[in-house]
Amino acid sequence: MRYLPLNDADRRQMLDIIGADAIDDLFADVPAETLNAAFDLPGHVGELGVERALSAMAAKNQAASAGPFFLGCGAYKHHIPATVDHIIQRSEFLTAYTPYQPEIAQGTLQYLFEFQSQVAALTGMEVANASMYDGSTGCAEAALMARRITKRKKVIVSGGLHPHYAAVTRTNLELHNDDVAIAAPDPAGADDIAALIDEETSCVIVQNPDVFGNLRDLGPIAEAAHANGALLIAVVTEAISFGAVKSPGEMGADIVVAEGQSIGNPLGFGGPYVGLFATRQKYLRQMPGRLCGETTDAEGQRGFVLTLSTREQHIRRDKATSNICTNSGLCTLAFTVHMSLLGETGLRRLAALNHEAACKTADALGAIDGVEVINRNFFNEFTLRLPANAEKVVNALADKGVLAGVPGGRLWLDNPDTENLLIVVATECVTDEDIAMFAEKLAGEI
Amino acid sequence: MNAQGRPSRPDNIAATDAPTFTGNKALQIEEDLIFEVGDFAGTGVDFPEPDGAPSRLGGLERDAPIGLPGLSEPETMRHYVRLSQKNYAIDMGPFPLGSCTMKHNPRLNEKVARLPGFADLHPLTPEAQAQGALEVIDVLSTWLKELTGMPAVAMSPKAGAHGELCGMMSIKAALEARGEAATRTRVLAPESAHGTNPATAVQCGFTVDEIPADKTGRVDLAALKDMLGPDVAGIMVTNPNTCGLFERDIRAIAEAVHDAGGYFYCDGANFNAIAGKVKPGDLGVDAMHINLHKTFSTPHGGGGPGSGPTVLSEALAPFAPVPYVVREGERHTLVETRRAAKEEGESAKSFGRLTAFHGQMGMFTRALSYMMSHGVDGVRQAAEDAVLNANYVQARLKSEMTPAFDGYCMHEALFDDRFLKDTGVETIDFAKAMIDEGYHPMTMYFPLVVHGAMLIEPTESESKRELDQFCDALLSLAKRAKAGEADAFKAAPVHAPRRRLDETAAARKPVLRWTPPIPAEAAE
Amino acid sequence: MTVKYTKDHEYVRAEGDVYVIGVSKHAAEQLGDVVFVELPDAGKTFKKGDDMAVVESVKAASDVYAPISGEIVEANSAIVDEPAKVNEDAEGAAWFVKIRASDPAELDAMMDEAAYAEFAAES
Repeated sequence: MRYLPLNDADRRQMLDIIGADAIDDLFADVPAETLNAAFDLPGHVGELGVERALSAMAAKNQAASAGPFFLGCGAYKHHIPATVDHIIQRSEFLTAYTPYQPEIAQGTLQYLFEFQSQVAALTGMEVANASMYDGSTGCAEAALMARRITKRKKVIVSGGLHPHYAAVTRTNLELHNDDVAIAAPDPAGADDIAALIDEETSCVIVQNPDVFGNLRDLGPIAEAAHANGALLIAVVTEAISFGAVKSPGEMGADIVVAEGQSIGNPLGFGGPYVGLFATRQKYLRQMPGRLCGETTDAEGQRGFVLTLSTREQHIRRDKATSNICTNSGLCTLAFTVHMSLLGETGLRRLAALNHEAACKTADALGAIDGVEVINRNFFNEFTLRLPANAEKVVNALADKGVLAGVPGGRLWLDNPDTENLLIVVATECVTDEDIAMFAEKLAGEI
Repeated sequence: MNAQGRPSRPDNIAATDAPTFTGNKALQIEEDLIFEVGDFAGTGVDFPEPDGAPSRLGGLERDAPIGLPGLSEPETMRHYVRLSQKNYAIDMGPFPLGSCTMKHNPRLNEKVARLPGFADLHPLTPEAQAQGALEVIDVLSTWLKELTGMPAVAMSPKAGAHGELCGMMSIKAALEARGEAATRTRVLAPESAHGTNPATAVQCGFTVDEIPADKTGRVDLAALKDMLGPDVAGIMVTNPNTCGLFERDIRAIAEAVHDAGGYFYCDGANFNAIAGKVKPGDLGVDAMHINLHKTFSTPHGGGGPGSGPTVLSEALAPFAPVPYVVREGERHTLVETRRAAKEEGESAKSFGRLTAFHGQMGMFTRALSYMMSHGVDGVRQAAEDAVLNANYVQARLKSEMTPAFDGYCMHEALFDDRFLKDTGVETIDFAKAMIDEGYHPMTMYFPLVVHGAMLIEPTESESKRELDQFCDALLSLAKRAKAGEADAFKAAPVHAPRRRLDETAAARKPVLRWTPPIPAEAAE
Repeated sequence: MTVKYTKDHEYVRAEGDVYVIGVSKHAAEQLGDVVFVELPDAGKTFKKGDDMAVVESVKAASDVYAPISGEIVEANSAIVDEPAKVNEDAEGAAWFVKIRASDPAELDAMMDEAAYAEFAAES
């Protein structure tokens, strides 16, 4: 077996030194009747065979780059520079563990520090952690953090929050019998969420741009929340929007959670992704997840260590801020390498190109008879109202090679208010030809 | 004869560690932060000029500077390559972190994970265009269910701790269905448990009590029985446990918990010791997470991403989270929402959703590639070799070091610090001295039940030759400690990119991000 | 002046009509370098045994329980600003809070200095 260095002679020699007759002597504590169970599974296969089998499965999928592609809703197709994938495959990054021995893990620690600095700048917040699993779990963790800070048990969720994020939050908060009020889907992006906040509210969760692509000023919601002693949690699922849209920090958010996949990480059918998590300095100690901090070594040289670990499970155990242990290490590296290549100049330009592509796509599709663009404003994602069930249209277009967007029925099951809605995203990867083909096929289908 | 020939022997090299002008040490190159290297107007990507059409951002344009440096491509490459050279990694040498399972990460896994059909696939792609992805999930599920002997598996947990959450949420939902959620509020876990266990239980709204250990480092069955009662929701027990020992009474433990009306959550962090040898389902387990990044070789990546599929017993399966894959003949479909699950009758009780989308697909493809490569025969051989290697290390080291418990271990060997008594050397000093010898230290000060714990997990990836050198190095360190070289240990490491770091200063005045230096005039 | 100690390593020292509370020198040594202290605001009331304060080193975090019931009169902001003081002078300048006791009889069950010294040596 190619992954195992020991041969039978080694094994025999080692057993002799151990003083055991046979390998199963070492398994003597296992109940005998359960040892060496029978398994209905195949035997080992060479590299060629495995590659062939998995390639056959991969070939049954339609990759985003295989044709015109307009899907978003929490996962976005962006170009990833070749440098990013090369760096994250370096052995010293790929095959390292969590940097618990800082003297021989400065590489990981320094990029985590750079990552935290980038995330704080992007979100407009004071501190960011070294990442969560993804945006949706970060959202639930933010609601739990607000609960610890305010000691209240009521969460208000905007109708513009991605329904998966809302569901994850509800699943986690229900464990404590908290009240999670999720507003109805709000394609217009104008629900009066501020009016729902009262003195029992722990936090209000608002996504911007929202799941339908609408942008809104979070300022008035932040004011209403703060007037009632509640926190504003701002959610961003498209991190490229940080390069164009006023940051949640500038608009008064207390906690910002974002999906960082758009920067450096592939679509990957939903994971692994990288959750960005940032907050105000005053809430630092209630933050979940790892933090990397600057310090000096015994010779006075600058170095980095994991710090404030007493918040975490391996020290605080039942009183930890969260049970999270693993973070998204390698995905944070991909994020920070891509972000370093972009810089502010590149990010702003990339965001402008996304916005431009979306404007063109919206104009082309909105010109089709019977198709209405709902949004008054948007970044790179917007929502169409079709004269027919959007899921059927999407499936028909998929058969013609166009992945047309996310139909309402995929996110809100059996909801007549959303079943004709089609959420469309256009990134820098979309060409004029893609837009023309989408418009042509869509017009033919409805 | 060439009198101009350069010296070919290092005759007159002075044995000093003279400082260099740059601070660099040959291949060890100091590297500043990107914020110090980069230019705030620079960029390493080429984009076309936007056409400047009017914005439709509704007046929410970001006008203020963000404060992000950009680096050209060569600067970026050099920056991160230099950083990488300050890291230790499995690909460089033994990484014997107990309980963490740092085994070889095959590059075939990386290759298949990057096939465009997997890496470039949107999670909301219509089902007909994503059949291959759903098939991967289904085939991997089949492997995991068969290897564990369990009837169901939830694939969406993002990491081990997330899998624990999944298992404990399933238990809570099952108790709710029985009408006992309000009364069964206690969870029992050994003191030797991973910190995630008590943290998870509390995150699910339970309280936690500690199960005492017996003298052999295992759960004290009699004490456990005394603690069980109508207020106990279940137990969380790691098996093999964090002392590297198999819980001999595992079946009696499961039976006692079930008799008392509770559930058995098994922390599967150490499943790699028994995969292909024993089915946890045969031991009475109700739920167990599997760390794909430990047992099934997906890379640790400097702290993630992980993946924690969680197998469930018949009793807990109906409460599994959405989404999940259902196969009918050749066709795979996704059950995406709790409401859809309810319409499926038996699945009506799903506890909800753990994450957006379907879990760590990129880890699924890697783990499946590993499993198919090994086959069930290879998985079994890997478990046997891991246990063999750990016992070999224990046998070779016991002349100078002190194993915490008598007898054979499973996949990791636990030592305490008795052999360092009165030497002035502590566990941390011993660990730091290993760094100078070119090794990553073992897990130290965990589990908490052993004083100055050193938990060594060599894994099956180490050759005998590598293990022999490792053992020789540790034996020599132990002898040096006993010979009174405490000062050298206290100073270690001296050959690493950094000496010991001041964690106290880092925690007292946290500096968690780069901030621009204050200009000299403003500072006055 | 008498000092009393709890099994959780807090001390209580009478000072006029209030009681000064902190963690023992032994506890401070066990914790290692203290990096963080969180104290309750003046005016808050606690029952004996309630979580009252937090003290942390790099590798450990400890809750400090109210050793007696009563109302917080003053919290020592100096140790919040400079947690290192706890290591320097735990039973002197680095006191945690001053409490107005609602039931001074609660002190009776606590250890005196000699008993605590013996207890600390064993633990």
